[in-house]
Amino acid sequence: MSKDISQSLQAQIFDAYENKTALKIQAGNSKHFYGNSINANLLDVSEHQGIISYEPTELVITARAGTRLSDIEKTLSESNQMLAFEPPAFSESATLGGTIAGNFSGPRRAYAGAARDFVLGCNIINGKAEALSFGGQVMKNVAGYDASRLMCGAMGGLGVILDVSLKVLPNPETELTLSHQCDIHQAQKNIHQWVKQSLPVSASCFYNRQLFVRLSGNHSSVTSAKNIIGGESISSSSGFWKKLKNQQNDFFKTDKPLWRLSLASNSAPLDLSGEGLYEWSGALRWLSSDESADKIRQTLEAINGQATLFRNPQSDAEIFHPLSPGILKVHRQLKKAFDPENILNPGNLYKEL
Amino acid sequence: MAIPVDKTHLISRLQYILPAASVLHQKEDLRPYECDGLSAYRNLPLAVVLPEKTEQVQAILKLCFELEVPVVARGAGTGLSGGALPLPNGILLSLAKFKDIIDIDPVQCVARVQPGVRNLAISQAVEHYGLYYAPDPSSQIACTIGGNVAENSGGVHCLKYGLTVHNIQQLKIITIEGELLTIGGSGLDSAGYDLLALMTGSEGMLGVIVEVSVKLLPKPESAQVILAAFDDLIKAGEAVGNIISAGIIPAGLEMMDKLAIKAAEDFVHAGYPTDAAAILLCELDGSAAEVAEYINTVQKLLTESGATQVRVAKDEDERITFWKGRKAAFPAVGRISPDYYCMDGTIPRKHLPQVLKNMAELSAKYNLPVANVFHAGDGNLHPLILYDANIPGELERTEEFGGKILELCVEVGGSITGEHGIGIEKINQMCVQFNSVELTQFHAIKKAFDEKGLLNPGKAVPTLHRCAEFGAMHVHHGELPHPELERF
Repeated sequence: MSKDISQSLQAQIFDAYENKTALKIQAGNSKHFYGNSINANLLDVSEHQGIISYEPTELVITARAGTRLSDIEKTLSESNQMLAFEPPAFSESATLGGTIAGNFSGPRRAYAGAARDFVLGCNIINGKAEALSFGGQVMKNVAGYDASRLMCGAMGGLGVILDVSLKVLPNPETELTLSHQCDIHQAQKNIHQWVKQSLPVSASCFYNRQLFVRLSGNHSSVTSAKNIIGGESISSSSGFWKKLKNQQNDFFKTDKPLWRLSLASNSAPLDLSGEGLYEWSGALRWLSSDESADKIRQTLEAINGQATLFRNPQSDAEIFHPLSPGILKVHRQLKKAFDPENILNPGNLYKEL
Repeated sequence: MAIPVDKTHLISRLQYILPAASVLHQKEDLRPYECDGLSAYRNLPLAVVLPEKTEQVQAILKLCFELEVPVVARGAGTGLSGGALPLPNGILLSLAKFKDIIDIDPVQCVARVQPGVRNLAISQAVEHYGLYYAPDPSSQIACTIGGNVAENSGGVHCLKYGLTVHNIQQLKIITIEGELLTIGGSGLDSAGYDLLALMTGSEGMLGVIVEVSVKLLPKPESAQVILAAFDDLIKAGEAVGNIISAGIIPAGLEMMDKLAIKAAEDFVHAGYPTDAAAILLCELDGSAAEVAEYINTVQKLLTESGATQVRVAKDEDERITFWKGRKAAFPAVGRISPDYYCMDGTIPRKHLPQVLKNMAELSAKYNLPVANVFHAGDGNLHPLILYDANIPGELERTEEFGGKILELCVEVGGSITGEHGIGIEKINQMCVQFNSVELTQFHAIKKAFDEKGLLNPGKAVPTLHRCAEFGAMHVHHGELPHPELERF
């Protein structure tokens, strides 16, 4: 399905701007649990769909924000290409717009880059209902401030994303996943060593005293890496990582607050109670825990890391890691620069933005 | 624009912050700082300051904020777009003394360095860990990491390894109000707006960088390069598409045209076939097994794409020699012409035939030869316009020709700069790339950081007034199609 409703979206934003009424931007609503809740009129982007252009030899795809990730992935796979940041889809309705607005990346992120790293350009409508185009469809472009990457992770607060151009990459020739029984210290040591040896590691996960490592590349490099790493080859490699990124495995079936911790990959295991799962060589750690938000954040801050309350908030703690006063001031001013009437997803990212 | 400041008062206040030897204000001391790599533009600033501590940078910026004095930050001054061109009513803040490598973490593969550290010095410092810093602008022996971040520098390996923005993890910057901000963190991502991306390539307009944490990569086990010759530039362009369609992302994929080949060969004797219309250099890296396999595939693809000659470097020495010709292409062209002007546009690769054809027509029209060097894999063109600055009017004609090439890039959906930045050089072409609403948004972004407009004012983003004048000029000649491109 392909439909361009940008004019209607612009008209709705213009009305909201004139009347100073807040809008809640939504497409597939697959990430409804994420961020602060908003009480505002719905701006439904879901119909703004379709792949606008796809040039496999240019390694670029441009699609409207409401396009489902599954549609994009299907189209890319027909040309044997992929979104290398491996975005999660928390339900079938997950769209490109939400993925970019939240800067969501999956298991390959530590080894290939995040959603923001693959963004080449985008069209947006800001909070004054102005249509703006930033970046483009070329790999290198340093004209003007990088406003397209600024949309990644802004949770819609700086503009309604209309369409995005992304760099895509060829699918690896082959992939396999190996598992090892070991403790976290050995797992950390191994994964860092394998990455440093230039082995074609494309994902890693440590959970329940088991380390899982995915290798991706051509047959010869994957085979030789397999011989170096050893361990058991698991039967459904792609299924394992898909379940992990979409949070469908047992670890994520919890009612406890689920924390997403971002920190240096080689940080020692944290002194926090609860159950943990490691990804990205240890640079991403999931923690399901009843520890207080303050304790978790203080622990992370001590090592220059950050904690996001990803699911199941049970207090009124900030969802996203609190910003330093100086950085918060810049955020406030940028918000004002893009959305002076504070109508786009107000409070979704930080309560005061 | 800020009100004129009393120079004597300014100097005495600066001398209160810095030792006298670190505040240059005599004409002869200022002269070395009058331009960056774009030497056609020169200005003497009121003073040059050379702080060596973060607190000093904070104090200098606080003072400039108080006195409303414009500040231009400068690294090694190798930039090609005039980003570090001083302003006559401002000070030049050199970060040259910030040259410490603060910390190397060989496990996490991150180095924390000061902004005045040279790009290549980072790779040299981590070499014994088997690591390197990937972005490699051709000026890497001289350019500094602070300038690389300010310009979002690329290099010949960006297709596979990305630009500066993909290879940094944390920045410390000082705002114009003197506040120290830490952007990013020790993890791979941080909460909030992507200020790391916003700062990267912001050309000193938003803050002064005082520390950079860069990501390091393991050195690939093996790297190999293929040299392919073509009797037609278009065929060489198609070969690039064929390699990428086969699912191979080379570490580097460079193209040179006849004039550039000849100049480079005469200069460094790289073994290039001087009768070819174009050559491609294709570097593959990875594990030894992987490289061996891909070299075979790419050789076959190049032959099938009509290459008249395909040569794999027989050893590491020959690999370095092949690259030497490419890396020396700019100075090589400098030997065959009194002056040259280096352009930096990007295009979707499929439009290469049309752009080359139009560029040849423009070259004939302006009667100025062009040598072409491309980062072919990512569609980044570096046309070098050959001219003689001593011939009255020739520089102006060259600039106009260069401007036309950039407008051509925008017309086919590309950009006016792939890696050199806007600075002062391409400020008029910004009016072609962006419409007035977008430029206004850029000004609002700047204002969010720098309300008084004191950081590198007049660079990177043109005023609407300037665009109106530029636009009017072009409408007068009847040559600029659709300055206000509707982009839906």
